[in-house]
Amino acid sequence: MSLTRLYALRLQRKRWLVRAFRKRRDLTPLKDRTRSIRRGHILVASTVRNERIRLPYFLQYYRALGINHFLFVDNGSTDGTGVYLAGQPDVSVWYTTASYKRARFGMDWINRLLRQYAHAHWTLTVDVDEFFVFPFSDTRPIRALTDWLDASSIRSFGTIMLDMYPKGQLTEHPYREGQNPIEIATWFDAGNYMISRNHRYANLWIQGGARARAFFPEQPWRAPALNKIPLVKWHRDFTYVSSTHMLLPRGLNLVYDEWGGEKPSGVLLHAKFLDTLTEKASEEMARGEHYAASAEYLSYYRTLQNNPVMWCKWSERYINWRQLEILGLMSKGNWA
Amino acid sequence: MTVGFVMLCHEALNRAAQVARHWAERDCPVVIHVDRRVADKRFDRLVAAMSGYPNVTFSERRRCEWGTWSLVEATQLAVDKMLHQFPEVRHVYLASGSCLPLRPVEELKAYLDRHHDVDFIESVTTEDVPWTVGGLDAERFTLRFPFSWKRRRRLFDTYVRLQRRVGFRRRIPPGLEPHMGSQWWCLTRRTLTRIQDSPERAAHERYFRRVWIPDESYYQTLVRQHSERIESRSLTLSKFDFQGKPHVFYDDHLQLLHRSDCFVARKIWPWSDRLYDVFLKGGDGMARRAEPNPGKIDRIFAKAVERRTRGRSGLYMQSRFPNRGWENGVTCAPYSVLHGFGDLIEDFPTWLHRATDCRVHGHLFGPDRAEFADGQRVYTGALSDSVDLRDYNPEAFLTSLLWNTRGERQSFLYGPRDTGGILSLMVADPNAQISVVSGAWAVPLFRSAQDFAAVRREAARLQKIESAQLALLRSGQTKARVRIWSMADFVEAPMEPLQSIIDEIGTRAARNVSEAPTMVDLTGFGQFLQNLKNEGMQPHLMGDFPVNPNYDPAPAEPRRRPYLMR
Repeated sequence: MSLTRLYALRLQRKRWLVRAFRKRRDLTPLKDRTRSIRRGHILVASTVRNERIRLPYFLQYYRALGINHFLFVDNGSTDGTGVYLAGQPDVSVWYTTASYKRARFGMDWINRLLRQYAHAHWTLTVDVDEFFVFPFSDTRPIRALTDWLDASSIRSFGTIMLDMYPKGQLTEHPYREGQNPIEIATWFDAGNYMISRNHRYANLWIQGGARARAFFPEQPWRAPALNKIPLVKWHRDFTYVSSTHMLLPRGLNLVYDEWGGEKPSGVLLHAKFLDTLTEKASEEMARGEHYAASAEYLSYYRTLQNNPVMWCKWSERYINWRQLEILGLMSKGNWA
Repeated sequence: MTVGFVMLCHEALNRAAQVARHWAERDCPVVIHVDRRVADKRFDRLVAAMSGYPNVTFSERRRCEWGTWSLVEATQLAVDKMLHQFPEVRHVYLASGSCLPLRPVEELKAYLDRHHDVDFIESVTTEDVPWTVGGLDAERFTLRFPFSWKRRRRLFDTYVRLQRRVGFRRRIPPGLEPHMGSQWWCLTRRTLTRIQDSPERAAHERYFRRVWIPDESYYQTLVRQHSERIESRSLTLSKFDFQGKPHVFYDDHLQLLHRSDCFVARKIWPWSDRLYDVFLKGGDGMARRAEPNPGKIDRIFAKAVERRTRGRSGLYMQSRFPNRGWENGVTCAPYSVLHGFGDLIEDFPTWLHRATDCRVHGHLFGPDRAEFADGQRVYTGALSDSVDLRDYNPEAFLTSLLWNTRGERQSFLYGPRDTGGILSLMVADPNAQISVVSGAWAVPLFRSAQDFAAVRREAARLQKIESAQLALLRSGQTKARVRIWSMADFVEAPMEPLQSIIDEIGTRAARNVSEAPTMVDLTGFGQFLQNLKNEGMQPHLMGDFPVNPNYDPAPAEPRRRPYLMR
């Protein structure tokens, strides 16, 4: 990579940082408990909109992993999301009604919060429908992983987003508050992923899975990216570029081995495909606040009108991380 | 007589205190060295916590930096204190703050009683050490290392290079033969006293002060001079990964640690409550005499390193995406590519499946859809038969299919009508076994009812494609196993190529080959080729096909039946 290209990336990173700084005015604190963040605390950062029903389990799941503090941006919820979050003892929440799209799909807000509160903390940036699974996550807390990464001088940890879906139609099993969504959306596609390199940012670009199979079989290039780097030992100069798919400086994107070995990696179980999606899709269609003119939601919307079945005979039923590792969807690397 | 523990601590002092109490309560004196870099407040708290234990003392604190003499110095100070203050100590056990005793102290005492004159220290000459990271092994003893590796990496490396270039070598003091080994040892009072009281001690220290990582070589080298019986192994279970970083133990290693029968393990993750609870609870009263046996743990960690450095062949995922040529196997299992056979033999996949029991797909890369076996629309791993999805990344399609079907041999039909981009991957793949009948693509044209001008155009197109494919298959870089027959040769003696394919697939072969495959009716094919020639197109890939309209190809029967029935 030429020096000019590298310098362009540097400028780009600075630009995102400035942008994030300007967007600080979008954010009004509903409840700021960031003073309770201590050295070594592990944080979660997330943007939400009308996710009240999903929050109790989300918080429960990540508290059990060992997360110490949550940073939320509430983007104009009308279902009590903000009030609920403000009532949680380990949550800081900011409110905004500004445009999600113009905040680069929420990333400006997240970059702002991370720069201000996450410096020198391991931070997990996830959506409320994403559940982080890492090697040994059933027996070791997340601190075991971050301690190991620290000892190995590794700053970022890569995952693949695994789309989970129910057997049968999406509306068949309504989601109840507090329920583990993976109980309903138990199934996933095990071996139909397509990977290529993005040389500009040095990250991998992964597509495929159930979403490509069910929603984009004729336009695979429009299938959403599944590569995510949610766990980063944050530094105030870092910035997410596009969702959590990639970061700058781009060395953080090298979460994969290029010489035949396997680095440790995890999975984000993506429990988007529940009965709640139908409503969400029509709402997001009307808002038009999502990526690529909400093309993704448009596609869901069209397909969802026929109440589709994503399940197929070769769908795999989720058991635990060991199963995912055997299937080659994640790796322990040299962590044992 | 008893064993005394020297503990070198720099973090998780509460755990160190817990372990020290455990030993002290069981009549083992403990001398603790705490890194100077640890805040005084924390140090004072540890001292206070140990105040009720007369047999726990603290040695003078040194600032310890990894890889430098300071660690040996800290050890010496603590050992001195141990030898002078606790005359009942016969063995000194060097441990760290993140060590955890796995077996009751009584068992360790009994073990050391049985080996009362033995020094347990890993001590190996530099030539025989496989574990050094970064290439510095013998040079640890012959170069100078004035710069910190942790803080001044670039200076460190530059200075090493410079010394190599000018050929600088330090003189090793006479009588010393450098040995290396694990930092964690258990030595007898006699040996330690001899080392500490040696008249050459000052000279040796001067030398070792400038050796790289002396904590792995100072005692390891000197015991060779002073010890009477060396057991070259460490009683501490301590494993290092490929970057020279110690493996860490967690709660889920409980059973493994239990069964290892090692006395002490390092290093333990400080929040492993269960490990500390279980192992510090004290013995079950059943004194065992088992020898330490870390074999199973060794295997687990060796596998982890193997996974990190070589990975699983044929797997492409978010943390393994090898550069071209570094895959350790492009795909994960052998497979057969059958080029042209489908055009010549009726329902070839079914026949081959019966003959070999392996999975035989149709044209996986066909123009209409991916023709999975048994006409399935979706296949293992939820691979879709959509042409767009497949052709978006045909390499990923093939490698995924093979990965998903590990354990079951895959074969598929191929030909010039199929997606071409995948061939370069297969040619470079030693797992690919490619059998070609060249020119067979003409048979469907011959049997089609299209008008002849269109047939001629299509024939020219396919011949051009297949010629290029054959050139690629015959090129010098091919790693696949390739066999090519012309169609004329195949029609002459079809069983020979088929037999070789079946042999290659090799699953309980031939047992079921009772029925011969049915060749398509080729009556008039020679004339068809002649017609193409008459139209100005030269079909040359089929080999020499007689024009004789009455030509009757050999009956496709297995000729060498006895061979087949073996």
